[in-house]
Amino acid sequence: MAENQKQNYLTHPKGIMSWLLTLDHKRIGLMYLLGGIIFFFLGGLLALGMRLELAAPGNDFMSNETYNNVYTLHGAIMIFLFIIPAIPGALGNMLLPLMLGAKDVAFPRLNLASFYIYTLGALFVVYTIISGGVDTGWTFYTPYSTTSTSNVIPMTMGIFIIGFSSILTGLNFIATIHKMRIPGLTWYKLPLFVWALYGTSLVQITATPVIAITMVLLILERLLGIGIFDPALGGDPVLYQHFFWFYSHPAVYIMILPAFGIISEIIPVHSRKKIWGYKFIAFSTLSIAFIGFLVWGHHMFTSGQSVFSQIVFSFITYFVGIPTGVKIFSWILTMYKGQVSFTPPMLYALSFLFLFTIGGLTGIFLGAVALDIHLHDTYFVVAHFHYVMQGGTIIAFLGGLHHWWPKTMGTMYNQTVASICCLGVFLGFNGTFFPQFLLGLRGMPRRYATYDPQYAELHNYSSFWSGILGLSIFIAIMNLLWSLRKSNKLDPGTNPWGAMTLEWTHTSSPPHPHNFEKDPVLEHGPYDYDKVVVEPTFKK
Amino acid sequence: MSHDNSSPDFLQHHFHDVDQQYETAKLGMWAFILTEVLTFGGLFVAYVVYRSWYPEMFVGANLLLDVNKGLLNTIVLITSSLTMVLAVWAIQQKKQKLSLFMLIATFLFAFMFLGIKYLEYSHKFEVGQLPGEYYSYMGPEIAHLNNPHIFFSIYFIMTGLHGLHVAIGMGLIAWLIYATAKGNLHSKYYTPMEMIGIFWHLVDLIWIYLFPLFYLI
Repeated sequence: MAENQKQNYLTHPKGIMSWLLTLDHKRIGLMYLLGGIIFFFLGGLLALGMRLELAAPGNDFMSNETYNNVYTLHGAIMIFLFIIPAIPGALGNMLLPLMLGAKDVAFPRLNLASFYIYTLGALFVVYTIISGGVDTGWTFYTPYSTTSTSNVIPMTMGIFIIGFSSILTGLNFIATIHKMRIPGLTWYKLPLFVWALYGTSLVQITATPVIAITMVLLILERLLGIGIFDPALGGDPVLYQHFFWFYSHPAVYIMILPAFGIISEIIPVHSRKKIWGYKFIAFSTLSIAFIGFLVWGHHMFTSGQSVFSQIVFSFITYFVGIPTGVKIFSWILTMYKGQVSFTPPMLYALSFLFLFTIGGLTGIFLGAVALDIHLHDTYFVVAHFHYVMQGGTIIAFLGGLHHWWPKTMGTMYNQTVASICCLGVFLGFNGTFFPQFLLGLRGMPRRYATYDPQYAELHNYSSFWSGILGLSIFIAIMNLLWSLRKSNKLDPGTNPWGAMTLEWTHTSSPPHPHNFEKDPVLEHGPYDYDKVVVEPTFKK
Repeated sequence: MSHDNSSPDFLQHHFHDVDQQYETAKLGMWAFILTEVLTFGGLFVAYVVYRSWYPEMFVGANLLLDVNKGLLNTIVLITSSLTMVLAVWAIQQKKQKLSLFMLIATFLFAFMFLGIKYLEYSHKFEVGQLPGEYYSYMGPEIAHLNNPHIFFSIYFIMTGLHGLHVAIGMGLIAWLIYATAKGNLHSKYYTPMEMIGIFWHLVDLIWIYLFPLFYLI
């Protein structure tokens, strides 16, 4: 029995093949995490390269062509290879079956297949980089993308392939959430992270097929000149934008909904208080997923649609603010009169609330047609996007990583270093991107390697802080990895935050290879801090 | 740790019982069907957009398609859907041999469909009714119309993607034939056959939309 307790998924079974051919969702989750972090690093280096170029006016390090390649690759890598797969692929895979009390996801082989499809797509992207890059921007707008001489085909092929990985993960999660729950774990007793993954998965399976077919049409346009997107052949380039944003706007919610889920877990646990408005948060997830399908036209206010469409899309766009506001207020009310402890995951969650709110509010600016005419394609959009995606999703991802690290890896990182890094990320992020709002308001257009000297001061400021931001994230991740050294093992019973979801209360840290030694029995809801006492336990 | 005394060998370790495994597979399959519908949905949107842009050209260009071959293919594919249903019904009734026969019939109908499609395609290739830049046909029926290459682009992409689905379906049915002949599928466990059946009906259903859109109107 004592032998048995020491068994965990990290060490059992052993050998490289047992990892490469594993059907265990926890190992697949870790492999996704590794892949995601590698591309996060790569995308981050490209970003720092851009900031270096932009630190002063003029072409200091890069030619305009190089700069075009760098921002395209930064965007495409960060979105398609890191943000979209990272939270569902890594944290979702790791945690979903544990939270449901299941032995695995519904289709373990499909799960492994989607990881390898992701890898294959990633290889296409790597090939694109090695063979000279692509310069169209991550949106691949036609007609430029059908005439550009850069490597559009391998890049879009990569995105097409990664799309399947995303679809299969979503499909797997939906079947898992519906059918793999233990008895008694009804929908309203699910942790909110599961609701978030459910909403995400619905968007993944309904939106991603459209980007897949769009990429196919783009590739065929380049190969055969099919005349669907190319105006010279009788086609319509604006149709491409409709297709693209029909996926890519909902994809924004593929990126942010899992982050909402993480925040919904972190805040009640680290405030030791029942979540406020459980059903509101759960259904706001589904309504965001739904409304997200009806607003794609707000990306196209300046690219030729009727005034009527503009007004309708603008109007519907504001609706997204309602469920999002519901979430923000519910989280704040959860903390009210709670026992808030400023642990590293909680610090990330608090940063998220602050940064995401700025990102969301500036989205309202851009959703207004009149303002958007002025602000589109400026740094205001760049700043808004990064406040939502980095200030929102990546901050939540880092928070989730710190929250579940002791669970998944069985070690505790240095919490002081982690907290300082979180502060560094917060300051560095604001320092980098807040000036970009001002740059945008003053008319600095996006996607230029050089600029008028009047913008130099703000650009210089932004570049300086981007260094702090990059360094803080790097140290934060190194801090996590450094915790893996052998002397640092935690007791398998550790529940350092006193969380009450099944993955904390019913299995060891790191979990057993089959998740639970015996079938878990549900004793309480995920956030019943008002009824049950789960003491934080933390020993080596 | 299931309390089920009987744990048949087709039950995967992470499921509690056979029902759960079956229900899960079915839900997963329907979710997959939804993604297929949306994939083709993008192409149907392209069809609608260009039909509304060039209504006369679409009406003129569809006359170049061979309605008889299209109709024959429709009949072939609908019949194959019937044989597929019968295969599933037969295996439920423990009629292993009948099921096998029906699967083989389905496979042959699918093969026939692709054969007829091949004849159609090769004729189009000969006369230069090709997608996009490769389009070269300038017959009198079409000479006065704008951009007929777009019609053939959409025609080849949609029927080509559909044909790819038929080919994949044939591969899956071939595997079913093998599994049924070996006795791996039987009246207690026929989930893969039912799932592939659902897929096959989708392939049939998409063709039922493609046929009138391209050949008739």
